[in-house]
Formats: sequence, structure tokens, C-alpha cells
Amino acid sequence: MKSLRKILGLFLTVSLAFSLSACNNGGGASAAPAPSEASGGASSEASSAAAAKKTGKDLVVGFAQEGAESAWRTGETKSIKEEAAKRGVNLKFSDAQQKQENQIKAIRTFIQQKVDVIGVAPAVDTGWEEVFKEAKTANIPVILIDRQATGVDDLYATFIGSDFVQEGKDACDQLAKAMGEKGNVVILLGTTGASAATGRTKGFTEQIAKYPNMKITKQQDGDFSRQTGKQVMESFLKSDSNIQGVFAENDDMGMGAVQAIEEAGKAPGKDIKLVGCDGIKDAFQAMVDGKYNASVECNPLLGPQFFDACEKLANGESVPKWIKSQESVYPASKAAEALPTRTY
Amino acid sequence: MKRFKRSPLFWPTMGLCAVLLFDLIFLPGFFTIQLKNGYLYGRVIDIVNNAATLMILSIGMTLVIATGGTDISVGSILAISGAIVAQMLGPGQTARTPLAVCLLVALAVSAVLGCWNGMLVAVVGVSPMVATLILNVAGRGIAQLITGGQIPTVIYKPFCMIASYVPGMPLPFSVLIVILMFVLAELYTRKTSFGMFVESVGTNATASRYSGINAVMIVFLTYVISGLCAGVGGFITTSIIKAADANNAGYLIEMDAILSVALGGTKMTGGRFSLGASIIGALIIQSLTTTLYAWGVPPQVLPVVKAVVVILICLIQSEEFRGLLGRIGNGERKRAHA
Repeated sequence: MKSLRKILGLFLTVSLAFSLSACNNGGGASAAPAPSEASGGASSEASSAAAAKKTGKDLVVGFAQEGAESAWRTGETKSIKEEAAKRGVNLKFSDAQQKQENQIKAIRTFIQQKVDVIGVAPAVDTGWEEVFKEAKTANIPVILIDRQATGVDDLYATFIGSDFVQEGKDACDQLAKAMGEKGNVVILLGTTGASAATGRTKGFTEQIAKYPNMKITKQQDGDFSRQTGKQVMESFLKSDSNIQGVFAENDDMGMGAVQAIEEAGKAPGKDIKLVGCDGIKDAFQAMVDGKYNASVECNPLLGPQFFDACEKLANGESVPKWIKSQESVYPASKAAEALPTRTY
Repeated sequence: MKRFKRSPLFWPTMGLCAVLLFDLIFLPGFFTIQLKNGYLYGRVIDIVNNAATLMILSIGMTLVIATGGTDISVGSILAISGAIVAQMLGPGQTARTPLAVCLLVALAVSAVLGCWNGMLVAVVGVSPMVATLILNVAGRGIAQLITGGQIPTVIYKPFCMIASYVPGMPLPFSVLIVILMFVLAELYTRKTSFGMFVESVGTNATASRYSGINAVMIVFLTYVISGLCAGVGGFITTSIIKAADANNAGYLIEMDAILSVALGGTKMTGGRFSLGASIIGALIIQSLTTTLYAWGVPPQVLPVVKAVVVILICLIQSEEFRGLLGRIGNGERKRAHA
């Protein structure tokens, strides 16, 4: 019995030390799949004491991040952690390493911890009914961030994110401008099943109908990653030398495509025009170098909008079902002045 | 010919030929190779270049599997190695640290990680799948810590050449690395007693120990070699995209490496192995991917097609299955006679 207590004491000391050290490097990327404390905020007990309006300091928010697969995603994580620290929110952050099952596990942990609001950036857009129902039963509002989920319309409080269909349309307009409204286009699709990919493809294919001289000749899954994007582009270039434009559904695949085009002895941005989404720093650099034509940005700095919504929900106020994030289109001409301000 | 038919290389080579034959018939222009700016350019070159990492990993994986183990941490070690090199080289035109130092440090770290795996499996006696699962999961976290969660870009020319072309050589440089690694591994396993010891430990570890083989040391060494191979793979993967993508570099490549070894005919339970056959196995996997891209298979069904082809190749390699096919064939012939 005595030894058991000793072990328990040791365990508590270790876990305390761990949580303290985690507090100190709140800004760093958290790699552990289990939720970890990201900022040292006030405890949740304070919130029950004050019947008045809840502010950031009274909130405990669980955020199930999808992963850190791209610069865009790490930008989003940073924004949320920084905003939480600024407002003094007790943020429980979990990195699911791109796996839905990890996110579901994290959400269940948040429910057990009785957080005030749960935020989630869904890895895929299906399969959320069960766990969202559990959250609803526990009376915890769920906020979807930057990616939609289907079949759960009455189970989440609000969706904060971009209009992917609109992004696809904007990208198409940019590509049309760069190509002089004529030529063959190939698409590097995002991960099959991801709502960003589905929406951007839909928007792009709808919009291209307005340009009768432009045609989509090939499309293939580039998995939102540089390496696969590059491999797919290599393959496109070899099966068809008649390509004038590339639409990459994220800039990382676009960066891979730039390299594939260069290796094929052509000039990216000139012989073959490229337009991507996300507005990552490397894409801006490529635009300045004349190798990339435009990027449609869906802003990852969602922290402020996210915690605004959290505070409203915690106070029982209503929020719109879709809070659109601020976005912008960056053609190459605007890239040079924007480059120094890019943080992700 | 008869000798080749009995060699472990025969069935894997047949599998590769089957995939390539399909390309020859159905995909005109698949084998076209052009000379662009003094470098060879074509799908076959793509296959070899994109398979380079997998081929190197399969060398280490073959040895580990031959001892009856498995190493599912190679993808993560690869990501760590790439992250170290990218971070040490820095983002500029000139290297922050000399390239050789960066590569050596990354290799040393990979070897240490291999030692960790080897220690857990050989000395502590943890089951290989569990022991290497630790780094499989934690490794990507380590890689992300090194890159600070970003994707550092590398534009330092000599490093970018690793997976591309060196002036004066028409083949990608990575091919040279694969050949070098293969020759080194082949010499070490076949010209010293190491290979025989590995097979002996894989067949029967207890008997090997009684006959005086240091089984612990042999198993330990195979994991170190596997770690080193992953380290070299990290250089190539990072060089291909000129950036260290801690999250996606070599993601699930351990599965492809194990599959390469399986396609190469090495038994998962250990014993006899052939490094050459595993390398051909790796080429089969990459030719399949390249073929499916060239063919324009819709992305939704791509994994299914891949799985079906892999199953077919595995079945053809199985003696029992071939025997079964033969019996069915004979039966039909008999019935036709009656």
C-alpha cells in the first residue's frame, strides 16, 4: 500500500513537471497526439463563480487540430495558440496527425474534461455523427474550422471557414487571365474526400465553362503534398506535351509542379501558367521569381474569429451557421509587396 | 536459363516484366527516353529516380526481416534525417554548415535511432513491431520539432543534385547512390559471414546461439543498418522536393518497404533473403504507381487497382498457388479427354 502511494506520488510529480514544461513552450508545435495544455490560463472553477458574462479567462476550449501537414496548417495552429494566450483562454490542444480516429479520440477526451466549447478542423468530411452527438448530449457546442463535415447539420454550432467553391472559381479566373483565356489545363487534385478538394474542384470546373477556349485535359490526386504533386505533374508532362495551365488545389502541390516543369525543360509561370490555393510563403517567393502566377488565399489566421465565436456560444448568444473567413486573391503583381508580411 | 529460373530473382523479375509488358502494349510512349540538356528524360527514369528511396530502404528492411523482425520506424527516421539536413543547410544559396557535415550528422542520428530499435529488440527483447512502433509514432514529432513545424526549403545547389542531375552524368545521381548502397550491402552480406549469420538467426535463433553465433549482435546490427538506410533515404526524399516535409516525407513508406521485401520473396518469418530481389520488388511498386498515373486511373479507385495487382503478383510467386493453377489446368485437360 505504501509503495503504491509512492508510485502515485511520483506519477503526480512527473505529470506536474510535464504540464509545467508544456506551459513554457506554448508557441512550439505540439506533436503529442494526446491533448496537452498550451497556455496557462485561469482554471475553469472561476467561470462557475461568476454568473456575469463570460470572457476569455473563464473559458476552457478544446481544439482538435487535424495535423501539421502544410505551412498553412501550422499557420492556423499558431494563430489559435497565440489568440488563446492573448485572451487567457485555457486551451486544450490536440494534434491528430491527419487521422480522423485521433480527432475523435481527442473530442471524447474534451467531453470528459467538460470543456466549454470544442473546435475541430475535420480531417475528412464524413463519419462525425456519433462523436458530435455525444458532444451535443453533453451540451458542448462544436465549432467546425476551415473544413466542412457532412450529415451533421444540426449537430454543430457554426462553421468558420472559407468558401471552397468560391476559391475554385477565383483560381479559375486568375488562371484564365494568365493564360489569355485559352489553352489546356491540368488539375492537381487535393486528397480525395477532403472538402477543400471537393469544393475547389467544383468551383473550378463550374467557372471554366465560362471560358470556351479553355479545357481540362487531365486531373489526378496529388494528396495535397509536394512529393505526390511533383510525381503527378511529371506524369502529366510526359503523357501530354500540350499543357498551358496548371491548377493546384494547394500551393504545396503547386511547388512540386514548379519543380517538375523545370526538370522537363520548360519555364513554369511562362510556358505553363500555375495557379494554386492557400497563399503559402514559398508560393509568394515563386511568384516574385516569376515561376508562379497567382495564389488564392484562404486565410489560416482564424484564431480571433474562432475565440469570438467561442465567447458568444459560452454566453448562450447565437452565431451565424457559417462565419466566412477573410480571403484574398494574390496575383503575381501583388506578391512582391506582400511577401515580407507572410507569416506562414 | 534454368539456373535463373531457380534463382530468387526469377519471380520478382517476372512480376516487374508483367507490369512493364502492360505498359508496352497499352501505353504508347511509356518507354520513350529523350535527351534533354544532356540528361535522360522519360517515365522509366522517373521510376528509377522515384523508387530510389524505396530501393535503399528495402535493403535495410530485407536484413531486418531476414532475422524474423520488422522495422516500421524507417519512414519517421527518414523524415528526421531530412529535417536535420534541411535545418543545418539553411534556406540560403550557400550552406550554413558544410554539406558533408550535415550529411554525416544526419547519418549519425539515423544510426543512433537504429541502435535504439536494435537495443529494444535484440537486448531488451521487445517484439519488433512494438519496439519500432515507438519511433514510428514519436519520430514524426521529433522531425517536426527539428523543423519547428514548418517545411524548410533548401535551395543549396549541391544538395538539390542528390535526387537530380550532376553535370556530365545523364542518369539521376540518386541511381548512383542506390547502386553504391546495394554493392556495399551485397559485399558485406555475401563476402563476409554476416549474411549467413543473418539467415541462420532468422531460421533458428536458438540453434544459432548454441552454434556460437552472437545472435544479439547480429539482430542489433540489422536494425542499425536499417536506420542508416533510412537516413540515406531521407537525403533523397528531401532532395527530390528540395524541402523537408516532416509530415509527409516517407509517410507510410515502411509499408511499401515491407511490401518490396515480400514481393522479393523473402519470408516474413525470416531465413533466406535476397537483396537484389527486394530491389526489384521496390521497382515493381514504383512502376505500378507510375503506370497508374500514366494510365490516368481515377484517383478514387487508384488504391484498389494497386492492391489487386499486388495481390496477383504475390499469388503468382507462391508455389502452392502455382501448383493449384496447374492442377486445375490438368483437371480440365483430363475432362476434355474423357
